[in-house]
Amino acid sequence: MKPIPLAKNAEQFIGDKVREAHFDEKLWMVRQMRDAAARTIPEWEELRELTSAIKEHTLSNLAAYLEMFEASAKRNGVNVHWARDARQHNEIVHDLLKARGADSLIKSKSMLTEECDTRAYLESRGIRVTETDLGERIQQLDNQPPSHIVGPAFQKTTEDVAELFGRVYGSDRNRAEPVYLARVMREHTRPLILEAKAGLTGANFAVAETGAIVTVTNEGNADLSGNTPKIRICSVGIEKIIPKNEHLAVFIRVLTPSATGKRITQYTSHFLGPRNGGEMHVVLVDNGRSARLGMEKFWPALKCIRCGACMNTCPVFRRSGGLSYEATYAGPIGMILMPAFDLHRYREFPKASTMNASCTNVCPVKINIHDQIYDWREEMEKKGEKPFPEKALMSGAGKLLSHPRAYRLAARSAHTLLNLLPRWAIYNRFNAWGRQREMPEPAKQTFHEWYKKNRMRSAK
Amino acid sequence: MGTREEILENVRKNQPAPRALPPVPSFHRESRAFVETFEEALKSMAGEFVDRPPTDFGSFLRERFPGAKNICSSVPEYRGNMTPEDFADWADAAEIDVTIVRSPMGVAATGSVVLSEKELGVNTIAFLAHDIVILLDPKNIVENIHDAYQHPAFREAKYAVLMTGPSGTGDIGGVTLHPAQGVTTLTVILWPEA
Repeated sequence: MKPIPLAKNAEQFIGDKVREAHFDEKLWMVRQMRDAAARTIPEWEELRELTSAIKEHTLSNLAAYLEMFEASAKRNGVNVHWARDARQHNEIVHDLLKARGADSLIKSKSMLTEECDTRAYLESRGIRVTETDLGERIQQLDNQPPSHIVGPAFQKTTEDVAELFGRVYGSDRNRAEPVYLARVMREHTRPLILEAKAGLTGANFAVAETGAIVTVTNEGNADLSGNTPKIRICSVGIEKIIPKNEHLAVFIRVLTPSATGKRITQYTSHFLGPRNGGEMHVVLVDNGRSARLGMEKFWPALKCIRCGACMNTCPVFRRSGGLSYEATYAGPIGMILMPAFDLHRYREFPKASTMNASCTNVCPVKINIHDQIYDWREEMEKKGEKPFPEKALMSGAGKLLSHPRAYRLAARSAHTLLNLLPRWAIYNRFNAWGRQREMPEPAKQTFHEWYKKNRMRSAK
Repeated sequence: MGTREEILENVRKNQPAPRALPPVPSFHRESRAFVETFEEALKSMAGEFVDRPPTDFGSFLRERFPGAKNICSSVPEYRGNMTPEDFADWADAAEIDVTIVRSPMGVAATGSVVLSEKELGVNTIAFLAHDIVILLDPKNIVENIHDAYQHPAFREAKYAVLMTGPSGTGDIGGVTLHPAQGVTTLTVILWPEA
């Protein structure tokens, strides 16, 4: 597959000044709310240390915890399935539905099912799939993937949503009022929820000791999806396991403040077993996770709890509109997750960073995100995944830097040339820096000239 | 080799060297003002708080929910015109205007209450109803989430939820608004158990 033209996509988004400002401001607001929430918790840093250590412990003993989870879930009357990859996951879900004659499914937001492209798979086999999360449903109605892991429709303005609902539901296109629009959605989605034959949720956590699938939502969509129909399916990435309820408490305390700046979400839900007369299935999905466990530098990315804090704080992501990444995981966490799926396709990702490390600082499970971004750059370099201008530039710079005389000559000439050359010769398509910025003013003398004049004399 | 064994084998082969599991402190504070903290936290999540049982529960409900016709009660303190047993099909709980239920535990730090199938009978009465009223004995308010997870509901119930205020969404406009897909209001009444 061809590499995602991330920079080009983002450039296009930036051209839309209204939405660029909207996305940037909204995410920055969430980032500030996150900061305020974290400041109200005196033990915030201690909690981050704990979450990180608990995840590292669990991941380093994952096989045993997976077996423990499976045994607990079975004891609770749950059917546990294992899926090697996205395709196998989708087949399992489809087979379950088909065998029960279930032609309609309601689902709550799940990044894993985005990763597996489950909705498209099921829809193409005649299953009507309804997203119950408002943002996710907005994106479904507009035939777009989510732009953000917490707010799937964050890139849309209220006017965009009013226009979309007007088109799809016939509501008033001119009423760009969030409360009105939420009511329109409620009225149209409720009947689909009540009629659905099966429900699917993801998992924020899976507790090994109790077999609980834990979901965290504001709308209660996991509860609606998981309780209204008799058939409940939970899709769970194998890295979601944590040992016990006492550990769950620590994660619940950091997840929501990091994601939305609230102390807790409206619904923290624990599904341990099927209801009376119902059935519950858990699909444990690998899809590259076990391979990542063996990647010395990159396994800690499996600690991620999908809060989106790294995205909100990232100056590059905030100006990308999210969809520019054309990937399930975007922003800083996407930069370190996606290349493991396909190095060539996502080769631009690790470059979309200013290396300010803010992502690492806000991460509630202390993933060394910016270090991993750097390490993925090295990885790209090793595997020859570099666009042509950069390759040419680096090879030229390499030659120049290994020949001091040539370097001194070049430095002096650059100084002269920047002053003499016409704009077109400096600001062309090979100069990425100059696309949105002026070149820095050249210094009056090179460092070498300055040193020779000032220090070499005093040294004598 | 089946998929299960294959995955477990890959995990065993690749997982990093074992790391220790740290102990989790209780994070208790000096203050014992659980009721005040609970009230503040619940209100911050758009929940409504009533500090004592109303003298006439019937007129309290009529005043708060003037259009309500279907009241589903699972508590002895009030006799509604519906009970959870009425709903053989759980989707039918959508007919409920107001659900009344007792929670066995509140959480001061977050303003949450716990509900499980033990109290609900039919889980959907807590979501598909238009409004929910929850009775809570102030003695059953614990300090924080760490305490809350000691509750047996999180080990024994097939379904348990920490509910904190009415259903909301921040997906349009970025600021949390109500209602979303679930209950439109959530009221907690401090009401000692008989």
